[in-house]
Parts: sequence; structure tokens; C-alpha cells
Amino acid sequence: MAKTKITKNGTVEKKLIGLADLVITAAQRAKDPTMAIPIRALSNVTFNERKGLLEMGEKKQARSFFNVGMAKKFMQTILVADALSELQRAELTTSLREIYYRTKHTIQDSHENTFDTQDESDPIIEDLEVSLVALREELHVRAENGGSVVGPLVLGDDGDRVDCAKLGKGGYSVPSIVEPEYVEIRRCTADFVLLVEKGTQWNRLSEDKFWRRYNCVLLTGNGQPPRGVRRLARRLHEEYRLPVYVLVDNDPWGYYIYSVVKQGSINLAFESQRMAIPKAKFIGLSSADPERYELPRNVGIKLNEKDIARAKELLNYQWFQKPAWQAEIKRMLASGLKYELDALANKDFQYLTKKYLPRKLKEKDWLD
Amino acid sequence: MATHKLPVSASKKITPREASTVTAVEMGARQREISVSEFFTKNRHLLGFDNPRKALLTCVKEAVDNALDACEEAGILPEVTVQLEVVAIGSSAVLPASQATRFRVTVVDNGPGIVRQQIPKIFAKLLYGSKFHRLRMSRGQQGIGISAAGMYGQLTTGKPVKIISRIGPKAAAHYFEVQIDTKKNEPLVHENKQIEWSQPRGTQVAIEVEGRYQKGRASVDEYLDQTSIANPHVRLMYRTPEGETKEYPRAYHELPPSPKEIKPHPYGIEFGMFLKMLQDAKSQTLSSFLSSDFCRVTPALADEMCKTAKISPKAKPRDIRGAIAESLYHTIQATKIMAPPTNCLSPIGEKAILSGLYRQIKGEFYTAVSRPPSVYRGNPFIIEAGLAFGQAPGSAAKSEKPAQPLAEGEKEEGESELARVIRYANRVPLLYQQSACAIFKAVLATTWRNYGISQSCGALPAGPMVIFVHIASVWVPFTSESKEAIAEYDEIHKEITLALRECGRRLGLFLRRRERAASEYRRRNIFELYIEEVVEACNRLKGGKLPTEKLKAQLQKIASSRTGGIKTDETLGKTGAGPEGLPHSIIVTAEGVDGETPLAVGVSDTEPIEENPAPSKPARKETAKARPAKKKSSSQRPAGAVRKGRKARLTGKKK
Repeated sequence: MAKTKITKNGTVEKKLIGLADLVITAAQRAKDPTMAIPIRALSNVTFNERKGLLEMGEKKQARSFFNVGMAKKFMQTILVADALSELQRAELTTSLREIYYRTKHTIQDSHENTFDTQDESDPIIEDLEVSLVALREELHVRAENGGSVVGPLVLGDDGDRVDCAKLGKGGYSVPSIVEPEYVEIRRCTADFVLLVEKGTQWNRLSEDKFWRRYNCVLLTGNGQPPRGVRRLARRLHEEYRLPVYVLVDNDPWGYYIYSVVKQGSINLAFESQRMAIPKAKFIGLSSADPERYELPRNVGIKLNEKDIARAKELLNYQWFQKPAWQAEIKRMLASGLKYELDALANKDFQYLTKKYLPRKLKEKDWLD
Repeated sequence: MATHKLPVSASKKITPREASTVTAVEMGARQREISVSEFFTKNRHLLGFDNPRKALLTCVKEAVDNALDACEEAGILPEVTVQLEVVAIGSSAVLPASQATRFRVTVVDNGPGIVRQQIPKIFAKLLYGSKFHRLRMSRGQQGIGISAAGMYGQLTTGKPVKIISRIGPKAAAHYFEVQIDTKKNEPLVHENKQIEWSQPRGTQVAIEVEGRYQKGRASVDEYLDQTSIANPHVRLMYRTPEGETKEYPRAYHELPPSPKEIKPHPYGIEFGMFLKMLQDAKSQTLSSFLSSDFCRVTPALADEMCKTAKISPKAKPRDIRGAIAESLYHTIQATKIMAPPTNCLSPIGEKAILSGLYRQIKGEFYTAVSRPPSVYRGNPFIIEAGLAFGQAPGSAAKSEKPAQPLAEGEKEEGESELARVIRYANRVPLLYQQSACAIFKAVLATTWRNYGISQSCGALPAGPMVIFVHIASVWVPFTSESKEAIAEYDEIHKEITLALRECGRRLGLFLRRRERAASEYRRRNIFELYIEEVVEACNRLKGGKLPTEKLKAQLQKIASSRTGGIKTDETLGKTGAGPEGLPHSIIVTAEGVDGETPLAVGVSDTEPIEENPAPSKPARKETAKARPAKKKSSSQRPAGAVRKGRKARLTGKKK
């Protein structure tokens, strides 16, 4: 395993050095150094229906040095590449923010900073990910530990044995890099994975030991799940053939979270290959649930303009074209209301654990 | 206690009754005339003596205004010395200027002097003077100023006004000490003698007043600074109470043309005034009264007006009263009469404004506009506007600041600076009540954003900018006697707006050109800056084994071929400077000055009078010093040549 790690690093580092070579050869030929960066936008994303995931298209944009509009970005890209290669050599991982600080300095003989805010350096890291076809993990850049896991699952992390069934109600904090060389799944006896949008609901389920009763792995990403959580779910799904169920709020943002888990995100479509779980199921909260579970109308929240606009966008996405999904979204729009998972507490504090989920699982009431 | 209370309340009841028992006769005995001096003693704020700081300024201002008016009327290029001294109160020690409360204001001019008999009245009688009864542009209008200053001094320190005046080298100099009898509004002469005086001609006034000396906004210093901008023909010396001497040399060597006195225009006369003029008329017939006592009324027009009003042109003016007078008045107002002549006005002139601004304010761009004369309520007036923009190139304060990298969220300074408005009426700076003034309102109402200047809603435009506005009129409509703000007549507002817009247009043009030049320059600069970064980063990526100098050279070559290289420099030279198409403007760049200033400088070379243009010279040297730093990147512009050519032409003209 250690061996593969080194070779991988080697290739990434080579790719980074390739950028320097690009500048050098262009300079020798008296050409404008230019790199091609795949476009990360809806226009360059296609939905592969057969595979059930988003794929990045071929569209690329040129980033040249001797173009006033791009010169700074070009310079920043080279600086970030330099910082990333430094990480490779030192075999360290770091955060986006640290990359920003590492590459920030004042340009000689001027008042200009190489970067003014982190908003400038983050997209450049993503640019490098896509143009070098290297995953963020491979670039040794990690996000925050954004999620938690609990359940009948035993992991190996840095040689430590982590039994997720024996971590109380707090669980194990999912690192941002869960590739096999970093986190090893030693044993998993669960029947399915339940990915919960909100930490509060995950806490409820964990406290009620829902996972023990229904023998599942409980995962949460505290909102839009970070890469670590998505990747862990994907590995459990792939390596242990576990079905994945997604439990989110009933609003357009909840739908989108589900679709990111299932098909991948537009921004980082190239990572869908490793992240997406095309067979993931949407277990709730569905716009049909308020009626079915007799939630009173007054625990709903009126959809605001943004919600409505977003919902209409979703209706147009290729991967929401299944009739069931069109009906689901239109039902929400028609009611004019959205519901939070928390609203289930209106019936009973443990309604989610004791009534809602058991019934959902029993009735196999989910959307694909 | 209760017994005590009773009589008290009883007496209270009586008091109003007592007051009401005063008879008309008794009241009549108390009613008497109020003299102007008494009135203004109580209401000194009306004249600009509301607080000690302002009072000190008003004293200086009144004395300087009088001195300049006198010099100009006599056709003498003014030389004025202003001196402020701290005066010790009683036996206490002399305080530093910032803490002192008593000052002596001394103003000396080289004017025509004042004849002996008139001195007491001029300095110690309110509403006495030569300027009120005639329509001619002058700084003073009412004949209140200097005597009010003397009265204020008398009131606060008890000291008389001390005057020395001499009307020529052959005449004797007279020394007077006068005070004002506030009851009678008449002068009291304390001292009157002939003395030896070093000056061949002129007047010196010294007033001791309670005051406060503080620099900054609306200070004596600011007043003198601004006076010198609008009066570049004046040589001004200023001895501050701190013992420094500031000199404002003459930047413009011609006296403004002497304004002519005009008769009132029929449109500017109100009915009551018209009645009074009819009564005082010297003419025998109505027709000749109309044509001789008003301007722009010809005998033919006078006859026609009489005819329309159905009055005989031969009627005696004195006999015209009541309804007939009123109908005549309305007829006159309805008749079309030519606008009043404008030779009664003496505008500063675009060139003089430019040289004034250029000398006093460090900037990159200057422009000036004189509007054609216009009329409000029968009074002719002229609006002039000027604009100084930017920091002087390579100004010391900026370049010496250590290059401190900015942290996240920080911004470059100087972004929030607002423009400064300097206002003048008949060449006198107005320092108070800015927001009540028509000029200020017109500046706010102008859409500066059209000219590339940011301006938030209802605020002054932002940027390093000084806006200069001058109104010249035979009768400036002030909002109060203290002459601080100009009343908002539509005609005046319109003219100011038009002048400001023209200035704005030129500034906008300048800014756009500069922006274009700068973006070319920045283009190249960006590449030069970034090449360094990119090469260093590549070197690190390659493990430090890169021939960095070679790579840099290769990249720089591409950069210069991409941006046009030397060609760009040339266009820079062309587009970046030169006031072509910008009339009456000066552009200052790091390479030198372009525009009309050389004019003033050129003339000063030929001036035989010994002059010391010291304060302006170092400023230019500074820019010269700053030059080499930027020079390497920019070409040798033919600025020098242009300048020399202009100079030659101008001096030639002068001879």
C-alpha cells in the first residue's frame, strides 16, 4: 500500500512540474504560455443516463499568461502549483485556507498581493484538480472534517482500530480523505447506510440507537456532505454492497443534496466517478409525507422566491426528469410549503426514530 | 408657613396688574430711536462676530477687503501685509498663540491712502462708505465691515482703532486713534497727529480684539490662502501669531480691469424704490428721468413706456404717485429692455484662476471656466468656476510611505476623501455657512458621476479635488449681512451649474485619457510584475535548477512584443498628456507641466519688480526629483519643447 502511495505522489508531482515545463517551452518558442482548463459549469456537464452520473464534458478554456485579463490568474495558478508540489515533496496534507496563506505575499516593488482573499485561491485549486485530473486527496488538500459516522463498522485509521459501534453517541468524525491508503474499512456488518442531511437528526437517531435496532451505518455531512462523507458512503456501497438512503429536508436544497450524493455535483463533475452513488435512494422528507404522516400545515414554512426559483431549476435538470421526481417537486411547488426534518418533533420527540423511519423502511417508500 | 405663602401669592397677582397699568404716555416716554451701532452691538453675530475665532477672521477679512478694494480702484497692484500678534492681558505673560484670547490685527496696504478728514468716519461710523450707493463690483458693499470690526474691538478690549494713512510721498502721514460713540453712531477721535512713516503711500489699520487663533477650516490662514488663489495679482505677506512669515507672491501681473459704475436696471428695482427715485428725481420730465436714471432705457424707449402706461412723457416725475406710479412700474417691468451692461463686472479670468489654483494647490489637472455675463433681478453677474484635481505626481507624502502590504479586507487609503468647495463672491473667499450657499448646492446637484467621479447620493463628489466657484456681481445677493452664503436665485444656480458642468466635462476627458494611458502602462507593468513571480515559482517547481535569468528575458521579450513595446510608449506620450482639446487647463505629469501655467511663469520672468517666487519653485523641483524614478519606463516626451515654445510666444506677446 505504501508503495502505491509513493508512485501516485510521483505522478501528481510530475503533473505539477509539467506546468513549469509548459511555461519554459512556450518561452523558448516565443509563444504565449497557455494552459487549458476544463470548464466547471452546467454548460460543460452531461448526465450519463446509463451510468446514472454526471460527467464533465470536453469544453475547455484557455488561460494565457500574456492576456491582461488572465495574467494574474495564470500567475496564481503557477504559485498554487508550486505550493502543491511542495506538499507532495514533504508528504503533508493541508487545508484550502493554508494554501491561501502559503501562496499569499506582496509582489516585489508593488503594493499588489498575489492573492487578496481565499475566494481567489480556492477556485484555482479546483482548476488544477480538473485540469491535472487529480483528486483533491491526491493533491494532499483536505477539507474540514465535516461529518460523523456511527454504526456496526470497524475502521483502521493511521493504524488505530476505530469501532464505530463503541463511540457513544458522538461517533467518529469522518476525515476528508478516506481513500483506502488513509482509512481502511476492516469490517462492516450493517444492512444499509442512512445518510442524514442534518446533524441534529443524526444526533436524534444516534441517541436513540436507531442504528443498532435497524442495523445500519448512520452518516451525516452537516448540510451538503463533504467529500469524505460522500466517499465513505460510496465505499460502503461499493465494497459491502450496502444500499444508501438519503434523508433530507423537504426543500429544493434537500433535493439537490440528494442529487449530489447520487449523481455528483456540477462543479466537480469529474469526481462523480469516485463519489457518486447512482443507486442511492431518497427516503424523505418527501412532499407527500406531510399528508401521509399527518403533519399539520402550520409546521410548514412558506417557500420564498429563491426556493421557488431553485425548484424550477431542478425541474429542468436532466437527472430530475423521472416522472416521480417531477411529481415530487411539483407537489412541493403546488403546496407552497417546505418542511424541515425537525418538524417531525411536532408529533413526538422520537417520532423520527420510532414511527417515521420504521414505516418508511417497512413500506419501502422511497424515490429513486 | 401658610401665613407666609399668602402675601407672596398676593404680590404675584399684583405684578401683572402693575405692568398693565402703564399708560400709553409712560410707554411713549420709553420709546426712542435705536442707533445702528447699538443694534449691531447687541446683534454682532449678524456681522460675523459670533465667536472669538470667527471674530478674528472677520476683522482680518474686513481690513484686507478694504485694502484690496482701495488699491484696485486706484489702479495700484496691491501689496498687503497682514500681521497677527498676541496681546498680553494686563500684567500677565504673553500666552502662546493657540491659547491666547487677545490679538492685535494689523493690515498694511500700498493703496491710495485716505484723506485726513475722512479717516474717523470710515473707521468709526457704521454704514458709512462709498460703495453702498453705486452699482459697481467691489468686495465691500455696505460700509459696515471695518467700523464693525473696530466696534467689536472696542467692545471686547476697550482699545481704539489705530490708523496710519498717507496719500502720497509728498503728503504727511497721519496717525489716528478712533472709537465709536455707539449711541450716536459717530466717531470719537482720541489721538490725531502727524508722524513719520516709512511707507510713501498707503494705509495701516490696527485693531485689538478678543479672538482665538486656530488653524484649519475657516481660519485666518485658510482665508488668506484662498484670497491668494482668487487674487493672484495681489502680493500678500502674512505674519502669523506664531511668528512665522508666509509670503504669497504675485502670480499674475495685471490688475483686473477696473469695473465701471452702472445705473440701476429697471428690472432690478422694486416698487417702493421706484417711488423714492421718482421723488428724488432731478430731471424735469418723466421721459428724461427714465432714460437718465436707469441703464438701457433710451429716450425713445422711455417715451414708448410712458405711452403704454398712458402718462404724458412730459409729466413731472414728482407728480407721479399712487395708482399711476404703479401702472407705470408694471408697464416698465413688462417692457422688453436690453440686459444691463456688463462692463461693471471684473471677472478674475480663466488664466488668472488657473495660475492661482496652480500655485496654491498641488494637483495633476487644473481647469477654469468663465461664463458669459448673466442677469438676476436686473443685476448683472458672472460665474467663474475652476477645478484642481489629483495629487501632485510623486508627491512626497505618498512615495515615501513604506510599501506596506495590505491585509485581507483592507483598502487603499484616500478612497473616501471628498472634494473641497471653495467659494468666492467678488473675489472674497466665503468660509462659513457652506451648506446654505447656492454654490454648494449647485455642486451637490451636479451629476459628477457623468465625468468619472464617484458621488454618493446627496453628497459632495469623492476624490482629491478642489472646486472653485466665483460669483462677480455689482450686488451679490448674500443671505445675511455677514456675507457668508449666496442666496439661491434660479439664474445664479443655472449659471453655476453650467460652469461646473464644463469643468466636469474637461475633467472627465482628462480622466479618460489618463485612464487609457494608464491601462496601457498597467498592461505592461502587470506582465513585468508577474514574470518575476511565475519564473520564481517555475524555478521552485523544477527544483531550483532553472536558468531563471534566461527564462525571464524570454518572457519579457514576448511581453513587449505582445503589448506593442516602444510603440506603446509613444502612444503613451501622446495620449497621456497635452491639453489638446482642453481649453484653459493645466496638466501636471511626472515629466512636467503642460498647459497654461508657463504663461504666468513666463510673464514673471519679464517683470522688472523684484520678486521672490520661492514658494512655488521648490514645488516644481520636487516633481523634478520624483522624475527619475518613473522615467526609465516612459519615453522622452517633448513636453519641454512645448513649454518653451509657449513661453516664447507669450513673452513675445507681452512685449
